[in-house]
Amino acid sequence: MKILVGVKRVVDYNVKVRAKSDGSGVDIANVKMSMNPFDEIAVEEAVRLREAGLASEVVAVSCGVAQCQETLRTALAIGADRAILVQTDLELQPLAVAKLFKALVDREQPQLVILGKQAIDDDASQTGQMLAALAGMGQATFASKVVIADGQARVTREVDGGLETISVRLPAVVTTDLRLNEPRYVTLPNIMKAKKKPLETLTPAQLGVDAAPRLKTLRTVEPPVRKAGIRVPDVATLVQKLRDEAKLIP
Amino acid sequence: MAALVLAEHDNRRLRAPTLSAVTAAGRMGGDVHLLVVGRDCGQVASQAAQVAGVSKVLVADGPHLGDELAEGVAEQLAAAAAGYSHVVAAATSFGRNVLPRAAARHDSAPVSDIIAVLAADTFARPIYAGNAIATVQCAERIKFVTVRPTSFEAAPAQGGAAHIESVPVLADTGLSSFVSREVVKLDRPELQGAKVVVSGGRGLGSAENFKLLEKLADRLNAALGASRAAVDAGYAPNDWQVGQTGKIVAPDLYLAVGISGAIQHLAGMKDSKVIVAINKDADATIFQVADYGLVADLFEALPQLIELLA
Repeated sequence: MKILVGVKRVVDYNVKVRAKSDGSGVDIANVKMSMNPFDEIAVEEAVRLREAGLASEVVAVSCGVAQCQETLRTALAIGADRAILVQTDLELQPLAVAKLFKALVDREQPQLVILGKQAIDDDASQTGQMLAALAGMGQATFASKVVIADGQARVTREVDGGLETISVRLPAVVTTDLRLNEPRYVTLPNIMKAKKKPLETLTPAQLGVDAAPRLKTLRTVEPPVRKAGIRVPDVATLVQKLRDEAKLIP
Repeated sequence: MAALVLAEHDNRRLRAPTLSAVTAAGRMGGDVHLLVVGRDCGQVASQAAQVAGVSKVLVADGPHLGDELAEGVAEQLAAAAAGYSHVVAAATSFGRNVLPRAAARHDSAPVSDIIAVLAADTFARPIYAGNAIATVQCAERIKFVTVRPTSFEAAPAQGGAAHIESVPVLADTGLSSFVSREVVKLDRPELQGAKVVVSGGRGLGSAENFKLLEKLADRLNAALGASRAAVDAGYAPNDWQVGQTGKIVAPDLYLAVGISGAIQHLAGMKDSKVIVAINKDADATIFQVADYGLVADLFEALPQLIELLA
Protein backbone atom coordinates (compact mmCIF):
# COMPACT_ATOMS: atom_id res chain seq x y z
CA MET A 1 0.00 0.00 0.00
CA LYS A 2 1.32 3.44 -0.88
CA ILE A 3 0.61 6.34 1.47
CA LEU A 4 0.62 9.99 0.41
CA VAL A 5 1.23 12.47 3.24
CA GLY A 6 0.80 16.22 3.03
CA VAL A 7 3.14 18.54 4.92
CA LYS A 8 2.73 22.30 5.14
CA ARG A 9 5.41 24.84 5.99
CA VAL A 10 3.89 27.20 8.57
CA VAL A 11 4.94 29.75 11.15
CA ASP A 12 6.26 27.81 14.16
CA TYR A 13 3.61 27.29 16.83
CA ASN A 14 5.72 29.09 19.46
CA VAL A 15 5.79 32.35 17.53
CA LYS A 16 3.33 34.97 18.75
CA VAL A 17 2.04 36.30 15.45
CA ARG A 18 1.02 39.96 15.21
CA ALA A 19 -1.06 41.80 12.64
CA LYS A 20 0.79 44.60 10.86
CA SER A 21 -0.42 48.07 11.86
CA ASP A 22 -1.27 48.99 8.27
CA GLY A 23 -3.80 46.15 8.03
CA SER A 24 -1.99 44.51 5.14
CA GLY A 25 -1.34 41.18 6.82
CA VAL A 26 0.58 39.49 9.60
CA ASP A 27 4.19 40.25 10.36
CA ILE A 28 6.06 37.05 9.67
CA ALA A 29 9.28 38.44 8.25
CA ASN A 30 12.20 36.39 9.57
CA VAL A 31 10.10 34.28 11.91
CA LYS A 32 10.88 30.62 12.47
CA MET A 33 9.01 28.31 10.08
CA SER A 34 8.28 24.67 10.85
CA MET A 35 6.25 21.73 9.69
CA ASN A 36 2.61 22.10 10.71
CA PRO A 37 2.33 20.06 13.95
CA PHE A 38 -0.64 18.03 12.66
CA ASP A 39 1.42 17.12 9.58
CA GLU A 40 4.27 15.80 11.74
CA ILE A 41 1.68 13.51 13.26
CA ALA A 42 0.57 12.52 9.74
CA VAL A 43 4.10 11.62 8.64
CA GLU A 44 4.69 9.70 11.87
CA GLU A 45 1.49 7.69 11.36
CA ALA A 46 2.41 6.84 7.78
CA VAL A 47 5.91 5.76 8.75
CA ARG A 48 4.55 3.59 11.58
CA LEU A 49 2.18 1.90 9.13
CA ARG A 50 5.12 1.14 6.86
CA GLU A 51 7.20 -0.12 9.79
CA ALA A 52 4.29 -2.40 10.73
CA GLY A 53 4.40 -3.88 7.24
CA LEU A 54 1.03 -2.42 6.23
CA ALA A 55 2.46 0.02 3.69
CA SER A 56 5.29 -0.26 1.20
CA GLU A 57 6.02 3.39 0.49
CA VAL A 58 5.42 6.77 2.09
CA VAL A 59 5.47 9.76 -0.24
CA ALA A 60 5.60 13.22 1.35
CA VAL A 61 4.09 16.13 -0.55
CA SER A 62 4.33 19.86 0.04
CA CYS A 63 2.98 22.76 -2.01
CA GLY A 64 4.40 26.25 -2.06
CA VAL A 65 7.63 28.18 -2.21
CA ALA A 66 11.03 26.63 -2.81
CA GLN A 67 11.83 26.62 0.93
CA CYS A 68 9.18 23.94 1.39
CA GLN A 69 12.02 21.62 0.45
CA GLU A 70 13.22 21.98 4.04
CA THR A 71 9.87 20.77 5.31
CA LEU A 72 10.05 17.83 2.94
CA ARG A 73 13.57 16.97 4.11
CA THR A 74 12.19 16.85 7.64
CA ALA A 75 9.47 14.47 6.46
CA LEU A 76 12.12 12.32 4.82
CA ALA A 77 14.14 12.38 8.02
CA ILE A 78 11.11 11.19 10.00
CA GLY A 79 10.99 8.29 7.58
CA ALA A 80 9.16 9.12 4.36
CA ASP A 81 10.69 7.36 1.34
CA ARG A 82 10.50 10.12 -1.23
CA ALA A 83 9.15 13.60 -1.60
CA ILE A 84 7.35 15.78 -4.10
CA LEU A 85 7.36 19.57 -4.03
CA VAL A 86 4.69 21.33 -6.07
CA GLN A 87 6.43 24.64 -6.36
CA THR A 88 4.64 27.95 -6.79
CA ASP A 89 4.81 31.48 -5.38
CA LEU A 90 1.04 31.86 -5.65
CA GLU A 91 -0.94 32.32 -2.45
CA LEU A 92 -2.20 28.79 -2.03
CA GLN A 93 -5.61 28.30 -0.46
CA PRO A 94 -7.16 24.97 0.59
CA LEU A 95 -9.26 24.40 -2.56
CA ALA A 96 -6.20 24.79 -4.80
CA VAL A 97 -4.15 22.52 -2.54
CA ALA A 98 -6.92 19.92 -2.63
CA LYS A 99 -6.83 20.06 -6.44
CA LEU A 100 -3.06 19.69 -6.51
CA PHE A 101 -3.33 16.68 -4.22
CA LYS A 102 -6.10 15.23 -6.41
CA ALA A 103 -3.78 15.45 -9.41
CA LEU A 104 -1.07 13.65 -7.42
CA VAL A 105 -3.54 11.04 -6.22
CA ASP A 106 -4.36 10.32 -9.87
CA ARG A 107 -0.67 10.07 -10.63
CA GLU A 108 0.51 8.08 -7.59
CA GLN A 109 -2.63 6.01 -6.85
CA PRO A 110 -2.11 5.81 -3.08
CA GLN A 111 -4.41 3.66 -0.93
CA LEU A 112 -4.28 6.21 1.85
CA VAL A 113 -3.78 9.96 2.03
CA ILE A 114 -3.00 11.39 5.45
CA LEU A 115 -3.21 15.14 6.06
CA GLY A 116 -3.25 17.25 9.21
CA LYS A 117 -6.73 18.23 10.39
CA GLN A 118 -5.88 21.93 10.14
CA ALA A 119 -2.92 24.19 9.51
CA ILE A 120 -2.09 26.41 12.46
CA ASP A 121 -1.74 29.48 10.24
CA ASP A 122 -5.11 29.65 8.48
CA ASP A 123 -6.92 27.30 10.92
CA ALA A 124 -9.20 26.39 7.98
CA SER A 125 -9.60 22.62 8.41
CA GLN A 126 -10.83 22.08 4.82
CA THR A 127 -8.17 20.49 2.61
CA GLY A 128 -8.64 16.84 3.59
CA GLN A 129 -12.41 17.00 3.27
CA MET A 130 -12.21 18.72 -0.12
CA LEU A 131 -9.60 16.31 -1.45
CA ALA A 132 -11.80 13.39 -0.45
CA ALA A 133 -14.73 14.89 -2.36
CA LEU A 134 -12.67 15.64 -5.47
CA ALA A 135 -11.14 12.17 -5.46
CA GLY A 136 -14.46 10.42 -4.75
CA MET A 137 -13.01 8.93 -1.57
CA GLY A 138 -14.33 8.43 1.91
CA GLN A 139 -12.98 10.65 4.67
CA ALA A 140 -12.09 10.12 8.31
CA THR A 141 -11.24 13.46 9.89
CA PHE A 142 -9.87 14.36 13.35
CA ALA A 143 -8.45 10.85 13.75
CA SER A 144 -7.11 9.75 17.12
CA LYS A 145 -6.65 6.11 16.12
CA VAL A 146 -6.25 4.40 12.75
CA VAL A 147 -6.37 0.64 12.18
CA ILE A 148 -5.87 -0.69 8.66
CA ALA A 149 -7.27 -4.12 7.86
CA ASP A 150 -9.16 -5.87 5.04
CA GLY A 151 -9.11 -2.91 2.69
CA GLN A 152 -10.68 -0.61 5.29
CA ALA A 153 -9.46 2.04 7.67
CA ARG A 154 -11.17 1.80 11.05
CA VAL A 155 -10.78 5.27 12.48
CA THR A 156 -11.65 6.65 15.88
CA ARG A 157 -12.44 10.34 15.58
CA GLU A 158 -12.42 13.09 18.17
CA VAL A 159 -15.78 14.79 17.90
CA ASP A 160 -17.60 17.36 20.01
CA GLY A 161 -19.44 14.81 22.12
CA GLY A 162 -16.52 12.45 22.67
CA LEU A 163 -15.26 9.76 20.36
CA GLU A 164 -16.80 8.01 17.39
CA THR A 165 -15.47 5.12 15.34
CA ILE A 166 -16.18 4.74 11.64
CA SER A 167 -14.91 2.46 8.94
CA VAL A 168 -13.91 3.85 5.54
CA ARG A 169 -13.16 1.85 2.44
CA LEU A 170 -9.66 2.29 1.01
CA PRO A 171 -8.50 4.40 -0.77
CA ALA A 172 -9.47 7.07 1.72
CA VAL A 173 -8.39 10.39 3.21
CA VAL A 174 -7.58 10.60 6.90
CA THR A 175 -6.86 13.85 8.75
CA THR A 176 -4.92 13.70 11.99
CA ASP A 177 -5.87 15.01 15.39
CA LEU A 178 -3.44 15.73 18.23
CA ARG A 179 -3.62 12.43 20.04
CA LEU A 180 -3.15 10.10 17.07
CA ASN A 181 0.51 9.63 17.94
CA GLU A 182 3.58 11.35 19.33
CA PRO A 183 6.02 12.05 16.50
CA ARG A 184 9.54 10.71 16.96
CA TYR A 185 12.56 12.97 17.36
CA VAL A 186 14.48 13.29 14.14
CA THR A 187 17.94 11.82 14.62
CA LEU A 188 21.11 13.12 12.96
CA PRO A 189 21.76 9.89 11.02
CA ASN A 190 18.21 10.13 9.63
CA ILE A 191 18.72 13.76 8.65
CA MET A 192 21.85 12.70 6.74
CA LYS A 193 20.04 9.80 5.09
CA ALA A 194 17.20 12.15 4.12
CA LYS A 195 19.55 14.24 1.98
CA LYS A 196 19.96 11.29 -0.37
CA LYS A 197 16.28 10.43 -0.70
CA PRO A 198 14.57 11.54 -3.94
CA LEU A 199 12.83 14.92 -4.00
CA GLU A 200 10.98 15.74 -7.20
CA THR A 201 9.80 19.25 -8.08
CA LEU A 202 6.67 19.87 -10.15
CA THR A 203 4.55 22.92 -10.95
CA PRO A 204 0.77 23.37 -10.79
CA ALA A 205 0.79 23.81 -14.59
CA GLN A 206 2.45 20.41 -15.02
CA LEU A 207 -0.36 18.92 -12.94
CA GLY A 208 -2.98 20.77 -14.99
CA VAL A 209 -4.28 22.68 -11.99
CA ASP A 210 -5.33 26.31 -11.75
CA ALA A 211 -4.01 27.09 -8.29
CA ALA A 212 -4.98 30.77 -8.18
CA PRO A 213 -6.55 31.95 -4.92
CA ARG A 214 -10.34 32.45 -4.80
CA LEU A 215 -10.83 34.27 -1.49
CA LYS A 216 -9.49 37.78 -1.08
CA THR A 217 -8.19 39.07 2.25
CA LEU A 218 -9.16 42.73 2.44
CA ARG A 219 -7.70 43.56 5.83
CA THR A 220 -5.96 41.93 8.77
CA VAL A 221 -6.25 43.42 12.23
CA GLU A 222 -5.44 42.61 15.82
CA PRO A 223 -8.23 41.11 17.85
CA PRO A 224 -9.72 43.21 20.66
CA VAL A 225 -7.07 43.43 23.35
CA ARG A 226 -7.88 41.82 26.63
CA LYS A 227 -6.16 43.57 29.50
CA ALA A 228 -5.22 41.97 32.76
CA GLY A 229 -7.59 42.73 35.64
CA ILE A 230 -6.66 42.58 39.28
CA ARG A 231 -4.97 40.14 41.59
CA VAL A 232 -7.02 39.02 44.56
CA PRO A 233 -5.21 38.10 47.78
CA ASP A 234 -7.38 35.17 48.79
CA VAL A 235 -10.38 33.01 47.96
CA ALA A 236 -12.72 35.05 50.13
CA THR A 237 -11.94 38.21 48.18
CA LEU A 238 -12.38 36.35 44.91
CA VAL A 239 -15.83 35.18 45.92
CA GLN A 240 -16.79 38.66 47.11
CA LYS A 241 -15.68 40.20 43.80
CA LEU A 242 -17.54 37.62 41.74
CA ARG A 243 -20.64 38.14 43.84
CA ASP A 244 -20.71 41.94 44.29
CA GLU A 245 -18.67 43.31 41.39
CA ALA A 246 -19.10 40.87 38.54
CA LYS A 247 -22.50 39.69 39.80
CA LEU A 248 -21.81 36.24 38.45
CA ILE A 249 -22.68 34.19 41.51
CA PRO A 250 -25.71 34.50 43.80
CA MET B 1 -30.61 35.39 -2.40
CA ALA B 2 -31.27 32.72 0.18
CA ALA B 3 -29.20 30.78 2.67
CA LEU B 4 -29.42 27.06 3.35
CA VAL B 5 -28.37 26.10 6.87
CA LEU B 6 -27.33 22.52 7.62
CA ALA B 7 -29.09 21.43 10.81
CA GLU B 8 -27.14 19.52 13.43
CA HIS B 9 -29.15 17.05 15.50
CA ASP B 10 -29.32 13.54 16.93
CA ASN B 11 -32.46 12.53 15.03
CA ARG B 12 -34.53 13.57 18.04
CA ARG B 13 -33.45 17.08 18.94
CA LEU B 14 -31.93 20.01 17.10
CA ARG B 15 -28.55 20.97 18.58
CA ALA B 16 -27.94 24.52 19.86
CA PRO B 17 -25.12 25.50 17.46
CA THR B 18 -27.65 25.28 14.61
CA LEU B 19 -29.51 28.23 16.11
CA SER B 20 -26.33 30.34 15.96
CA ALA B 21 -25.85 29.31 12.34
CA VAL B 22 -29.42 30.48 11.61
CA THR B 23 -28.65 33.91 13.10
CA ALA B 24 -25.49 34.22 11.02
CA ALA B 25 -27.33 33.10 7.88
CA GLY B 26 -29.98 35.73 8.53
CA ARG B 27 -27.31 38.43 8.28
CA MET B 28 -26.25 37.31 4.81
CA GLY B 29 -29.40 38.80 3.27
CA GLY B 30 -32.41 36.86 2.05
CA ASP B 31 -34.48 33.94 3.31
CA VAL B 32 -33.10 31.29 5.59
CA HIS B 33 -33.96 27.64 5.00
CA LEU B 34 -32.89 24.65 7.11
CA LEU B 35 -31.79 21.28 5.73
CA VAL B 36 -32.34 18.32 8.04
CA VAL B 37 -30.51 15.15 7.00
CA GLY B 38 -31.09 12.12 9.17
CA ARG B 39 -32.91 8.86 9.86
CA ASP B 40 -36.46 8.93 11.33
CA CYS B 41 -35.83 12.59 12.02
CA GLY B 42 -39.38 13.96 11.69
CA GLN B 43 -39.22 15.38 15.24
CA VAL B 44 -36.18 17.43 14.30
CA ALA B 45 -37.91 18.76 11.19
CA SER B 46 -40.82 19.93 13.35
CA GLN B 47 -38.47 21.70 15.75
CA ALA B 48 -36.62 23.24 12.82
CA ALA B 49 -39.87 24.60 11.43
CA GLN B 50 -40.44 26.52 14.66
CA VAL B 51 -37.11 28.32 14.70
CA ALA B 52 -37.64 32.06 14.32
CA GLY B 53 -36.38 33.39 11.03
CA VAL B 54 -36.57 30.09 9.14
CA SER B 55 -39.05 30.10 6.25
CA LYS B 56 -38.58 26.58 4.88
CA VAL B 57 -37.33 23.22 6.13
CA LEU B 58 -36.00 20.59 3.72
CA VAL B 59 -35.81 17.03 4.98
CA ALA B 60 -33.74 14.13 3.65
CA ASP B 61 -34.73 11.13 5.76
CA GLY B 62 -32.92 7.94 4.81
CA PRO B 63 -31.76 4.68 6.45
CA HIS B 64 -28.08 5.39 5.78
CA LEU B 65 -28.25 9.02 6.90
CA GLY B 66 -28.71 8.54 10.62
CA ASP B 67 -25.12 8.64 11.90
CA GLU B 68 -23.78 11.96 10.58
CA LEU B 69 -21.38 10.26 8.16
CA ALA B 70 -19.80 12.97 6.01
CA GLU B 71 -20.17 11.29 2.63
CA GLY B 72 -23.96 10.89 2.81
CA VAL B 73 -24.70 14.23 4.46
CA ALA B 74 -22.39 16.16 2.12
CA GLU B 75 -24.04 14.58 -0.95
CA GLN B 76 -27.47 15.68 0.25
CA LEU B 77 -26.16 19.14 1.11
CA ALA B 78 -24.44 19.51 -2.26
CA ALA B 79 -27.61 18.43 -4.05
CA ALA B 80 -29.80 20.81 -2.06
CA ALA B 81 -27.36 23.73 -2.43
CA ALA B 82 -28.21 24.49 -6.05
CA GLY B 83 -30.07 27.78 -6.21
CA TYR B 84 -28.89 29.12 -2.88
CA SER B 85 -26.49 32.04 -2.52
CA HIS B 86 -25.14 30.78 0.80
CA VAL B 87 -24.73 27.38 2.47
CA VAL B 88 -24.07 27.65 6.19
CA ALA B 89 -23.17 25.29 9.01
CA ALA B 90 -22.00 25.77 12.58
CA ALA B 91 -18.23 25.26 12.97
CA THR B 92 -18.69 22.17 15.11
CA SER B 93 -16.90 18.88 14.46
CA PHE B 94 -19.95 17.90 12.37
CA GLY B 95 -20.16 21.14 10.37
CA ARG B 96 -16.42 21.24 9.77
CA ASN B 97 -16.44 17.63 8.62
CA VAL B 98 -19.29 18.02 6.14
CA LEU B 99 -19.35 21.55 4.73
CA PRO B 100 -15.96 21.61 2.93
CA ARG B 101 -16.82 18.29 1.27
CA ALA B 102 -20.04 19.76 -0.10
CA ALA B 103 -18.20 22.96 -1.13
CA ALA B 104 -15.67 20.99 -3.16
CA ARG B 105 -18.53 19.30 -5.02
CA HIS B 106 -19.46 22.81 -6.19
CA ASP B 107 -15.85 23.86 -6.88
CA SER B 108 -16.38 26.56 -4.28
CA ALA B 109 -13.78 27.86 -1.81
CA PRO B 110 -15.38 27.75 1.66
CA VAL B 111 -14.81 30.26 4.46
CA SER B 112 -14.32 28.60 7.85
CA ASP B 113 -15.18 29.67 11.36
CA ILE B 114 -16.45 33.20 10.71
CA ILE B 115 -17.01 35.48 13.69
CA ALA B 116 -18.91 38.23 11.85
CA VAL B 117 -20.88 38.84 8.68
CA LEU B 118 -19.79 42.20 7.28
CA ALA B 119 -21.66 41.94 3.97
CA ALA B 120 -23.27 39.18 1.90
CA ASP B 121 -19.82 38.39 0.50
CA THR B 122 -17.51 39.57 3.30
CA PHE B 123 -16.70 37.86 6.57
CA ALA B 124 -14.31 38.23 9.51
CA ARG B 125 -12.46 35.16 10.70
CA PRO B 126 -9.64 34.44 13.14
CA ILE B 127 -6.25 33.22 11.90
CA TYR B 128 -3.04 32.22 13.69
CA ALA B 129 -4.90 30.91 16.74
CA GLY B 130 -6.96 34.11 16.90
CA ASN B 131 -3.89 36.38 17.09
CA ALA B 132 -5.16 38.17 14.02
CA ILE B 133 -8.58 38.70 12.46
CA ALA B 134 -8.83 38.59 8.68
CA THR B 135 -11.59 40.23 6.65
CA VAL B 136 -12.21 37.86 3.78
CA GLN B 137 -14.19 38.50 0.59
CA CYS B 138 -15.72 35.53 -1.21
CA ALA B 139 -16.81 35.90 -4.83
CA GLU B 140 -18.02 32.31 -5.26
CA ARG B 141 -21.47 31.84 -6.79
CA ILE B 142 -22.52 29.70 -3.84
CA LYS B 143 -20.75 30.78 -0.65
CA PHE B 144 -20.06 27.91 1.76
CA VAL B 145 -19.48 29.21 5.27
CA THR B 146 -19.03 27.69 8.73
CA VAL B 147 -19.78 29.95 11.68
CA ARG B 148 -18.32 30.09 15.16
CA PRO B 149 -21.32 29.46 17.44
CA THR B 150 -20.05 31.70 20.26
CA SER B 151 -20.03 34.69 17.91
CA PHE B 152 -23.70 34.57 17.01
CA GLU B 153 -26.63 34.53 19.44
CA ALA B 154 -28.93 31.59 19.12
CA ALA B 155 -32.07 32.35 17.09
CA PRO B 156 -35.21 31.84 19.21
CA ALA B 157 -36.36 28.22 19.04
CA GLN B 158 -39.99 29.31 18.85
CA GLY B 159 -41.84 31.80 16.75
CA GLY B 160 -41.28 30.37 13.30
CA ALA B 161 -43.84 28.50 11.23
CA ALA B 162 -41.92 27.17 8.26
CA HIS B 163 -43.20 24.87 5.56
CA ILE B 164 -41.60 21.36 5.67
CA GLU B 165 -40.69 19.69 2.40
CA SER B 166 -39.08 16.31 1.67
CA VAL B 167 -36.16 16.17 -0.74
CA PRO B 168 -34.96 13.09 -2.65
CA VAL B 169 -32.73 10.77 -0.66
CA LEU B 170 -29.65 9.85 -2.68
CA ALA B 171 -28.21 6.34 -2.79
CA ASP B 172 -25.71 5.29 -0.13
CA THR B 173 -22.18 5.91 -1.48
CA GLY B 174 -20.97 2.86 0.44
CA LEU B 175 -17.73 4.67 1.18
CA SER B 176 -18.05 4.52 4.94
CA SER B 177 -19.99 2.92 7.76
CA PHE B 178 -20.65 3.80 11.36
CA VAL B 179 -19.12 1.52 14.00
CA SER B 180 -19.64 3.03 17.45
CA ARG B 181 -19.83 6.17 19.52
CA GLU B 182 -18.55 6.95 23.02
CA VAL B 183 -20.52 9.92 24.22
CA VAL B 184 -20.60 10.53 27.93
CA LYS B 185 -23.74 12.38 28.90
CA LEU B 186 -22.87 14.39 31.98
CA ASP B 187 -25.36 15.71 34.46
CA ARG B 188 -24.21 19.26 33.82
CA PRO B 189 -24.33 21.87 31.03
CA GLU B 190 -22.55 21.08 27.77
CA LEU B 191 -19.25 22.84 27.31
CA GLN B 192 -20.14 24.40 23.96
CA GLY B 193 -22.83 26.83 25.10
CA ALA B 194 -22.38 26.88 28.89
CA LYS B 195 -22.66 30.13 30.84
CA VAL B 196 -20.01 29.04 33.33
CA VAL B 197 -16.98 26.88 32.62
CA VAL B 198 -14.58 25.43 35.17
CA SER B 199 -11.42 24.38 33.37
CA GLY B 200 -8.40 22.45 34.62
CA GLY B 201 -4.84 22.24 33.43
CA ARG B 202 -1.81 20.09 34.02
CA GLY B 203 -1.54 21.61 37.49
CA LEU B 204 -4.34 19.32 38.65
CA GLY B 205 -1.88 16.47 38.47
CA SER B 206 -4.27 13.55 38.01
CA ALA B 207 -7.67 12.44 36.80
CA GLU B 208 -8.59 11.89 40.47
CA ASN B 209 -7.90 15.55 41.21
CA PHE B 210 -10.18 16.63 38.43
CA LYS B 211 -12.98 15.43 40.71
CA LEU B 212 -12.27 18.53 42.81
CA LEU B 213 -13.19 20.57 39.78
CA GLU B 214 -16.38 18.58 39.40
CA LYS B 215 -17.43 19.63 42.90
CA LEU B 216 -16.73 23.26 42.07
CA ALA B 217 -18.60 22.91 38.78
CA ASP B 218 -21.57 21.47 40.67
CA ARG B 219 -21.69 24.54 42.92
CA LEU B 220 -21.65 26.86 39.92
CA ASN B 221 -23.80 24.70 37.61
CA ALA B 222 -20.85 24.84 35.27
CA ALA B 223 -19.53 22.82 32.38
CA LEU B 224 -16.10 21.23 32.65
CA GLY B 225 -13.18 22.09 30.40
CA ALA B 226 -9.51 21.23 30.20
CA SER B 227 -6.27 22.37 28.63
CA ARG B 228 -4.59 20.26 25.97
CA ALA B 229 -1.87 19.32 28.46
CA ALA B 230 -4.43 17.90 30.87
CA VAL B 231 -6.12 15.88 28.14
CA ASP B 232 -2.82 14.58 26.76
CA ALA B 233 -1.87 13.50 30.27
CA GLY B 234 -5.11 11.57 30.57
CA TYR B 235 -6.64 13.72 33.33
CA ALA B 236 -9.64 14.65 31.20
CA PRO B 237 -11.40 13.30 28.10
CA ASN B 238 -10.72 14.84 24.69
CA ASP B 239 -14.10 16.54 24.38
CA TRP B 240 -13.27 18.74 27.38
CA GLN B 241 -10.35 20.34 25.53
CA VAL B 242 -10.64 24.09 25.11
CA GLY B 243 -8.30 25.76 22.65
CA GLN B 244 -7.24 26.51 19.08
CA THR B 245 -7.68 22.92 18.04
CA GLY B 246 -10.33 21.99 20.61
CA LYS B 247 -13.51 23.82 21.52
CA ILE B 248 -13.92 27.58 21.35
CA VAL B 249 -16.01 28.83 24.27
CA ALA B 250 -17.20 32.26 25.40
CA PRO B 251 -19.04 31.80 28.70
CA ASP B 252 -20.01 34.55 31.13
CA LEU B 253 -17.45 33.10 33.57
CA TYR B 254 -14.37 31.01 32.79
CA LEU B 255 -12.42 29.66 35.75
CA ALA B 256 -8.95 28.53 34.71
CA VAL B 257 -7.47 26.32 37.40
CA GLY B 258 -3.85 25.21 37.14
CA ILE B 259 -3.69 26.41 33.53
CA SER B 260 -0.59 28.33 32.43
CA GLY B 261 -2.25 30.12 29.50
CA ALA B 262 -0.47 28.98 26.35
CA ILE B 263 -1.41 30.93 23.16
CA GLN B 264 -3.28 27.91 21.87
CA HIS B 265 -5.41 27.66 25.01
CA LEU B 266 -6.18 31.39 25.08
CA ALA B 267 -7.43 31.07 21.51
CA GLY B 268 -10.25 28.93 22.85
CA MET B 269 -11.44 31.09 25.77
CA LYS B 270 -10.27 34.70 25.52
CA ASP B 271 -13.73 35.86 24.47
CA SER B 272 -15.17 34.83 27.83
CA LYS B 273 -16.87 37.73 29.62
CA VAL B 274 -15.03 37.24 32.89
CA ILE B 275 -11.88 35.16 33.33
CA VAL B 276 -10.69 33.97 36.72
CA ALA B 277 -7.28 32.33 37.04
CA ILE B 278 -5.97 30.26 39.94
CA ASN B 279 -2.33 29.29 39.57
CA LYS B 280 0.60 29.06 41.95
CA ASP B 281 2.94 30.57 39.35
CA ALA B 282 2.64 34.35 39.59
CA ASP B 283 4.21 34.71 36.15
CA ALA B 284 1.80 32.39 34.36
CA THR B 285 0.61 33.96 31.09
CA ILE B 286 -3.01 33.30 32.04
CA PHE B 287 -2.82 36.22 34.49
CA GLN B 288 -2.37 38.58 31.53
CA VAL B 289 -5.95 37.91 30.44
CA ALA B 290 -7.58 37.20 33.79
CA ASP B 291 -9.99 39.74 35.24
CA TYR B 292 -9.42 38.24 38.66
CA GLY B 293 -6.17 36.43 39.33
CA LEU B 294 -5.42 34.42 42.43
CA VAL B 295 -1.85 33.27 42.93
CA ALA B 296 -2.35 30.27 45.16
CA ASP B 297 -1.95 26.54 45.45
CA LEU B 298 -5.08 25.20 43.81
CA PHE B 299 -5.23 22.31 46.27
CA GLU B 300 -5.75 24.85 49.04
CA ALA B 301 -7.82 27.34 47.08
CA LEU B 302 -10.30 24.87 45.56
CA PRO B 303 -11.63 23.39 48.81
CA GLN B 304 -11.97 26.93 50.23
CA LEU B 305 -13.83 28.06 47.12
CA ILE B 306 -16.13 25.03 47.19
CA GLU B 307 -16.97 25.71 50.81
CA LEU B 308 -17.65 29.42 50.32
CA LEU B 309 -20.00 28.67 47.45
CA ALA B 310 -22.05 26.10 49.33
